[in-house]
Amino acid sequence: MTPTKTRASDIRVDLLEIARMIPAGSTVLDVGCGDGSLLDYLIQEKNVDGRGIELSAEGVNRSVAKGLSVIQGNAEEDIAYYPDDCFDYVILSQTLQAMQRPDRMLEQLLRVGKKAVVSFPNFGHWKVRANLGLLGTMPVNKTLDYPWYATPNIHFCTIRDFVNLCGQLDIDVEQSMAINAKGSRMPFISLFLVNLLATQGLYVITRKQPENSRA
Amino acid sequence: MTEQPVSSPSGETDVENFADVVTLGEGNPLVLDSGEMLGAIEVAYKTWGRLNADKSNAILICHALTGDHYVCGTNPITGKGGWWENMVGPGKPVDTDRYYIICSNVLGSCAGTTGPASLNPITGKAYGPDFPVITLGDMVRAQALLLDHLGIDTLFSVIGGSMGGMQTLQWAAAYPDRVKTVVAIATTWRHSAQNIAFHEVGRQAIMADVNWAHGRYMDDPRAEPPHAGLAVARMAAHITYMSESGLTSRFGRNLQDRDKVAFGFDADFQIESYLRHQGISFVDRFDANSYLYITRAMDYYDLSAPYDGVLAEAFRETKTRFCVISFTSDWLYTTEESRHIVRSLNAVGARVSFANIDMDKGHDSFLLDCPEMNDMVAGFLQSEARSIGVNS
Repeated sequence: MTPTKTRASDIRVDLLEIARMIPAGSTVLDVGCGDGSLLDYLIQEKNVDGRGIELSAEGVNRSVAKGLSVIQGNAEEDIAYYPDDCFDYVILSQTLQAMQRPDRMLEQLLRVGKKAVVSFPNFGHWKVRANLGLLGTMPVNKTLDYPWYATPNIHFCTIRDFVNLCGQLDIDVEQSMAINAKGSRMPFISLFLVNLLATQGLYVITRKQPENSRA
Repeated sequence: MTEQPVSSPSGETDVENFADVVTLGEGNPLVLDSGEMLGAIEVAYKTWGRLNADKSNAILICHALTGDHYVCGTNPITGKGGWWENMVGPGKPVDTDRYYIICSNVLGSCAGTTGPASLNPITGKAYGPDFPVITLGDMVRAQALLLDHLGIDTLFSVIGGSMGGMQTLQWAAAYPDRVKTVVAIATTWRHSAQNIAFHEVGRQAIMADVNWAHGRYMDDPRAEPPHAGLAVARMAAHITYMSESGLTSRFGRNLQDRDKVAFGFDADFQIESYLRHQGISFVDRFDANSYLYITRAMDYYDLSAPYDGVLAEAFRETKTRFCVISFTSDWLYTTEESRHIVRSLNAVGARVSFANIDMDKGHDSFLLDCPEMNDMVAGFLQSEARSIGVNS
């Protein structure tokens, strides 16, 4: 089988937004890289030096057959074995909510990576609120597409929750972006409105630099 | 480095080239890990495909404990197909149309490479127990001598399963500049206490056979070799190559050629009959002393030992790219052991791919037809060949 080149049209729009945030030639770890399409795109289009971790055997097999350096593993356990500062960027796309301890994961992301790109479904979206508030049922939609009893997602948060957590963990938010129901970028009007209208949040985060260390 | 065996002696350009035995290390004996020296050694090997002009497409395949250099095509010793027909051949994951494949019989074995059954030039008799104890490091040293002889400085890949996988890791650790990529399948970085325990059962079975004669059974051509002991050793080992689920689905408690148990010690159960067959057919093709020496070499194997048990240090600064594959049902060399290799490689920033393939056939899965394994190996080799710029 001949691996085919991953093109912009082949990957999800939200992944394309993540790809835009990664400078060409960076070293990248994609945590929960699925079938490797984002990683493949980054390598082909941006010449990144990319690695991946993926839990599912199917995803790993597809990734490796494409020629990607991807290991099968539980990211929360395996990321501990990477040394400090070994990647320019660590990507965690739509996976934060499936972690046992999202807070520790964020700290690990910023230990092994100088920066992290994190995207997650926004539990503060008005339809989610309406589902719970008016219908009294757990939401099931495109970004939250499992019934409550069979979901791998165990720690939902809202965009506001994420921003608050970053503050508690002394994490700097370098870029914030919101993605609407169509999967395309929406203007970051205000935290209140974005938290109500966005289905996904997308953040570039870094470790907080001590004030005098930049001199 | 006087010859260029890139085509068969007859000048044909067949995929299958030739099997040969070369004498290596003449006047420059191999210094073994034990400190002993082994004078000129013979190495039996076979090649397939063609070495390209810049010698960048050579792949060394490393065989397992009881394997030999007949990876594919017909094995003249057994009359059967090679041991890795699923993996190696034209259009296969290890494509003989694209790569130049080399496989040599390991040092200490009995299919043409110097081992305990070979003649000791000093005594004129078989080495037997006088053969020096060898290690995985020594086996790889002998392979490196062969590559020197073939005029190949750098291998595009070293590929192997089980003991072959141990050799691939040893290659990357001992000759980091000579190995571009490594494919290590169903293997480990050091033999565990349990691994050593099973091997000891096998060795004791051989040594308890009176025909073993303290390893000197070859001195008297009329004497019987220790076939009973070797067969038992093979039976015990063979159990470790399979999984309980594989055994249950294939044999269960089914009876062999009878309707009810015979209340005796015949092979009532199919699994007994199968194991006896495995043991008996093994003694026809394998030497008991070789079995002792090679299992010992595996037991001594511990790639982390020179680094106070920190495996990562064996691979520090490595440029080699790794593909590690384990099988969910392999309880001989478990997924956790492969994971330890992978984590150690991650810790030193090595480039590594790893998959734990869901297959219920146990350790021997790597020898069976497994589309996931084939896709991974093919994809890994193709992409690495592309990025390194290997021409076929």
